[in-house]
Amino acid sequence: MSTHISDSIRLEVAGENALILYFSDHEKTTAVITPEISSQVQQAEQLIRQHLSAEIVDVIPSYASILVVFSLLEIDHHHLRNKLKKLLKQCDSKSGNQGLLIELPVYYSLESGIDLARIAKHAKLSVEQVIALHQAQEYRVYAIGFAPGFAYLGEVDERIAMPRLATPRLKVPKGAVAIADRQTAVYPAESPGGWNILGLCPVDMFNPQAEPIMSVAVGDRVKFVAIDKQQYVKLGGKLP
Amino acid sequence: MSQVIAKASNNTLGFLVTNAGVLSLVQDSGRYGAFNLGLTNGGPADSLAFYWANRLCGNELNSTAIEINLGGLQLTAQVDCVIAVTGAPMALTINGQQKSLWQSFSVKAGDNICLGYAPVGVRCYLAVAGGFVIKENFGSTSTVCRESVGGLNGEKLAVNDVLPCQVIAKSGNKLIQLMLPEREQPQYANEVLLHTVLSYQQQHFSAIEKRLLFANEYHVSKHWDRMGYRLQGRAIKPDIKGILSEGICYGAVQVPADGQPIVLLNDRQTIGGYPKIGAVISQDCAKLAQLREGDSVRFEPISMSKADNIFHLNLNRFNQTQLISL
Repeated sequence: MSTHISDSIRLEVAGENALILYFSDHEKTTAVITPEISSQVQQAEQLIRQHLSAEIVDVIPSYASILVVFSLLEIDHHHLRNKLKKLLKQCDSKSGNQGLLIELPVYYSLESGIDLARIAKHAKLSVEQVIALHQAQEYRVYAIGFAPGFAYLGEVDERIAMPRLATPRLKVPKGAVAIADRQTAVYPAESPGGWNILGLCPVDMFNPQAEPIMSVAVGDRVKFVAIDKQQYVKLGGKLP
Repeated sequence: MSQVIAKASNNTLGFLVTNAGVLSLVQDSGRYGAFNLGLTNGGPADSLAFYWANRLCGNELNSTAIEINLGGLQLTAQVDCVIAVTGAPMALTINGQQKSLWQSFSVKAGDNICLGYAPVGVRCYLAVAGGFVIKENFGSTSTVCRESVGGLNGEKLAVNDVLPCQVIAKSGNKLIQLMLPEREQPQYANEVLLHTVLSYQQQHFSAIEKRLLFANEYHVSKHWDRMGYRLQGRAIKPDIKGILSEGICYGAVQVPADGQPIVLLNDRQTIGGYPKIGAVISQDCAKLAQLREGDSVRFEPISMSKADNIFHLNLNRFNQTQLISL
């Protein structure tokens, strides 16, 4: 049994100056969400950033893929393909980076979590149980995108998974902690959105003036911890 | 006008916005390396016109210029300088006098620069010798309004904004003026051919669906902006509904449930979960970005090698083209 990880990485064309790497389980051909695949993605991303910085313009890691945008002035897709294949042989299943564990405080309540009652009804649970289940899990940061600082966290307990709103809201408040299917996230800024809101988080997810700019990075682990209204306000939280 | 050209300290004077037009944006060549924060590229929607504007001013190609969307921008110069306007044929006047695009000329402090609206094409670029001096945000001055990043405070230009520019040391009072030969000036039309590299989830579109895409004409719907162009025409259907969210490259052709393709451009979301059939090559993305509602496009498949050739031929042509000294 010496199947190598690089055997389960598929290299495809994305665009004129972009290739995409797909990661999958050995058994399954379709992409799935697992912490193992996510840590392979992270490992490969680091290798690419370290070794191909001259040729690469940008990379976008996600759940089970990495988009690699390259400079046509530096390399063509044939050469890059070869370099990537060689480089990815260095990936191994052992050295999965655990990432940092980050605790994010959340003011869960019917006042701050305008969809809590609906989620509870949908899940046939009490509001307290929904809040407890959301905190019970340690989530992994799978991807960052959609908007500056928007981190996709997974996976939410199946019992409180919740489909997106049929009609997205025009305004979701900054700091809204929300669920869509088995993903959860904190809205880094006020924006439109269709996720179901459970509460509010007073921590800035994206602050260009802070160092680091984002409180989390892909591969980090996140745990939500309940706080009350007083603590929420004390930590700088605002009620919409 | 005297208060406009008052204090002469460096980098505080430049151009005063007297009418911001529909959507005028500070842009350099784009923001790269910030995808890990969820930030998109931004940058000039018609990069060819943008690069010509900078070359006509003798600038580094990445210098900051203004992208004028649709038109209507009016500026008052606060310093003597050289400017050039390129792109869609918007009527350009200086102090009421008609001026040509695709060439640089000097303006004096107090001059009023006005842009009208173009009969064809939607974006043009105004560059100044030395470039506008705008503070970089995440490595770029490019404005992405949706992200509140770049430009002046992350927003489009507004009345009374001042765009500082480099004050050029005048050698012998002679400022060089340049012109792009007419045969090299891009022509804007109401239809564009989009060469498309089949990629991403293309295997989930049957041979028939692909032929439908390449055989039919599509029209620009009312949803077109710097994020992307939503097209209307023969619907094409993949055999999957969605995919695990993944990185989206410039020019990606996304096909949502209604089967109407969307070509994603400079301000696109960085990741998304709709199936994609391919990606339009950069040369044609720039042309697409000059279309408006009702204009038409066709898709044509192209190999990666051919796409690569076109890129390098264009680059070579750009570098080899000699500007005419006026």
